[in-house]
Amino acid sequence: MSARGAARRGAARAMHVFVLVFFTGLLAFPFFWMVIAAFKQNIDLYTVENNPFKFNLPPTLDHIRLLFGETRFVRWLGNTALVGAIVVAITLLLAVPAAYSLTRLTGRWGERLGIGIFLTYLIPPTLLFIPMSRVVAILGLQDTIWSVVLVYPTMTIPFSIWLLMGFFKSIPKELEDAAMVDGLTRFGAFLKLVVPISVSGILTVVIFSFTLVTQEFVYALTFISPESNQMVGVGIPIFLVRGDVYFWGSLMAACLVASLPIAVLYNLFLDRFIAGFTVGSIK
Amino acid sequence: MFMPSVVFIALLVGIPFVLAVLYAFSDARIGGTSFHFVGFENFRSILHSPSFRKALQNSIVFTLCAQAIVIVCSNILAIALEKPFRGRGFVRFLILLPWVAPVSLGTIGWKWILDSIYSVITWVLVALHVYKPYSAPMWLGEPHLAMASVVLVHCWRLIPFSTVIMLAGRSAIPREIPEAAAIDGAGFWRTLFQINIPMMTPILSVAVLFGIIFTFTDMTVVYILTAGGPFDSTQTLPSLAFATGIAGSDLAAGAAISLFLVPVLVAVAYLMLRVAHRAEVV
Repeated sequence: MSARGAARRGAARAMHVFVLVFFTGLLAFPFFWMVIAAFKQNIDLYTVENNPFKFNLPPTLDHIRLLFGETRFVRWLGNTALVGAIVVAITLLLAVPAAYSLTRLTGRWGERLGIGIFLTYLIPPTLLFIPMSRVVAILGLQDTIWSVVLVYPTMTIPFSIWLLMGFFKSIPKELEDAAMVDGLTRFGAFLKLVVPISVSGILTVVIFSFTLVTQEFVYALTFISPESNQMVGVGIPIFLVRGDVYFWGSLMAACLVASLPIAVLYNLFLDRFIAGFTVGSIK
Repeated sequence: MFMPSVVFIALLVGIPFVLAVLYAFSDARIGGTSFHFVGFENFRSILHSPSFRKALQNSIVFTLCAQAIVIVCSNILAIALEKPFRGRGFVRFLILLPWVAPVSLGTIGWKWILDSIYSVITWVLVALHVYKPYSAPMWLGEPHLAMASVVLVHCWRLIPFSTVIMLAGRSAIPREIPEAAAIDGAGFWRTLFQINIPMMTPILSVAVLFGIIFTFTDMTVVYILTAGGPFDSTQTLPSLAFATGIAGSDLAAGAAISLFLVPVLVAVAYLMLRVAHRAEVV
């Protein structure tokens, strides 16, 4: 191996490490910064001369205590979990049968209809939130969590149908035919055969729908105004600010507590979501 | 069996969409009972308003800048992440955080980083003697810096998403092709531009198309970071629609502003179908 080749390889490795460190640092920095702020005493946090990278005073749990004791944070977490659970149930109830019947539809219509449904996933809340706020008001759901329970499935169902169609397509039709010959009804074959095989697909839909509920902001902001009925994604940025006073320590603690569990869950199922996003553009 | 889903979506997406169009041609207001059709009056007054023009321009600028930066960065990052190394799983988790954490919460983190007084960026720049104490600019308080901040946060949020899509695209390239190219003497850049990128075109366009939708129609980042300020300098179409239609109670004008998103959505949907078609799924 020539000296030049070795030098070149060394430079390439240094570049590799630099790229990784630079991007990881940049992308993860806001979360690192949340951890620091969440445990710093206020005097330390709000003294401009202090080095912000170190604890100039001992760390404190005051912000966490304030967050859990004197704000509606726990209530918001509860609201979000409840809405998440109901939306997941509605999504499964509607999307699983729909995806199954679309994959088993003869001819190309199933595929076409599936793509049509997938395209509605591209419709953003910012296009429909104004008329949707009237629809919600007319139905008498304004200011309650039921407003978002009604609307979120319009965002979760299209993508879920698309994801599940990918799963169901990989199950050979002969398997069901055999089961039906053995005396099961089509519905029985679906329930006893198709669903168990597709557990991982169904789990992906559960995680996808739940994370979407925690991430959505526009509809929740538009429909719900009372502090106690907020979802966590709106409650934290809007209601942990009093007038012009930002409770930065508690704000950052709240962001961490609310986003880390979601991040871990989503990370586990990432590859499957990506397969859905790429719309079959890789084989 | 797919009818319940189709009916549910058709009702809850179709009706609001028709309403949006009706509102845009009417004089509807929150709390008001009058409802008259006024033709193109809303569109005429919107097109003449400077804040609308600024918002339209911002939406386009933010989307294009963010996409350009995201494509370059995510390509670099995907190459760096491709080969296995120790701790890759953990690095991947850290890199993905901006995408998987709720947007509104990540943006609040940036608001603290860019704070007018306690910004860590300001502290570092003062420590490096770039600025004297208390003379550093307010990152979110000056129009151009505020615009740059919005683009930065969009990039920060989209790079992870785009990177994983690029990774999926790279892993789909048959190994033999770049290997054969290497034997024929093609270097890193030549392999990148003449083999990898052309072979990844369909998946690259998927990443770009989703990225365009996520940036162009987003309101969360702007609303939390700057609320459209200072002086409407970071207002985008969605945030202006919210400020006008919900906060300002003028449903008609707000709905009309939202409708300007439609041409972009239609174009993206069309291109998405073209990509899917070329990959022979339809």
